[in-house]
Amino acid sequence: MPEGYLRQSPLASLGLAARAATAADAAGVTMGERERVMLVNLRGDGVDRGFLDRVRQALEVDLPAEPNTAAEGTRHRVLWLGPNEWLVVAGEGEQLAAALDAALAGLHVSVTDISDARAVIALSGAQARDVLAKGCPLDLHPRSFGPMRCAQSRLAKVAVLIDQRDDAPSYDLYVLRSQARYLWRWLDDAAREYAVRIIRP
Amino acid sequence: MLLITCPFCGPRDESEFACGGEAHIVRPADPAALTDAQWADYLFMRKNVKGVHFERWMHSHGCRRWFNAARDTVTHQFLAFYKMGEQAPDIAPVSYTARPAPRTDPALPADPALHTDREGAR
Repeated sequence: MPEGYLRQSPLASLGLAARAATAADAAGVTMGERERVMLVNLRGDGVDRGFLDRVRQALEVDLPAEPNTAAEGTRHRVLWLGPNEWLVVAGEGEQLAAALDAALAGLHVSVTDISDARAVIALSGAQARDVLAKGCPLDLHPRSFGPMRCAQSRLAKVAVLIDQRDDAPSYDLYVLRSQARYLWRWLDDAAREYAVRIIRP
Repeated sequence: MLLITCPFCGPRDESEFACGGEAHIVRPADPAALTDAQWADYLFMRKNVKGVHFERWMHSHGCRRWFNAARDTVTHQFLAFYKMGEQAPDIAPVSYTARPAPRTDPALPADPALHTDREGAR
């Protein structure tokens, strides 16, 4: 991880802070970048009770066992990525990777800090689902995709992890840092017809 | 567009997947004991089935797990999905001995443009 003062958002060049709305204008879609998020990729044996217990003690939340679901703890949100792979999301300042490393010492696991490899775009509003549907093959209808669901798929030809946070609907899109600018501009264009409001989540 | 059912994630769009070719090819226990022909057969020779084909797929834009599928190579219909390490399901092979009828779509011209282009190229 680079020094904190060198850390820069991949969307810094878009000048989002200057475009951020001050008044609550009517808009169908609200977009913003979730900056300074701590992301840790955790891999381990999903059927090993010892592993699951030690993760629960460290994170104070159970790893989601059901595919494509999320779990919310007091300080962390955990997303299912695979039968033996999860993404742990926390706020900045947490010594998350070090804490997990210490808690899982001796087990056959992998703990990787990927905070600097991803950008997180928050997309919400009444028309957010329509925007995603323009470039994503997932069925996002509430009957099959609702709050506390997450899925890895493709959006505008880019690999994304989509995490639905509430019924607004609000989505967090995790995208590779190098593709974040492209995806933001694609979303901005796709959402234009519904009126976009830019916020600082 | 094909709808492919990942054993973990459920039905997803074909564009999320990568096909890994024929499944259930077992690595020889003692490669050093094989002749070159046997080793080449293991490495390179694959079935080219007209009908039910057992193949490996990976959910590359999803959970990134490999799994197996049985697919009819003529109709592209998927007949089964099962996890790695599981036994292949017993699916009767389909026979496609009859030649398909020639295409007779009155809406399409008898592709004169294609022929003239080829003649012109010569």
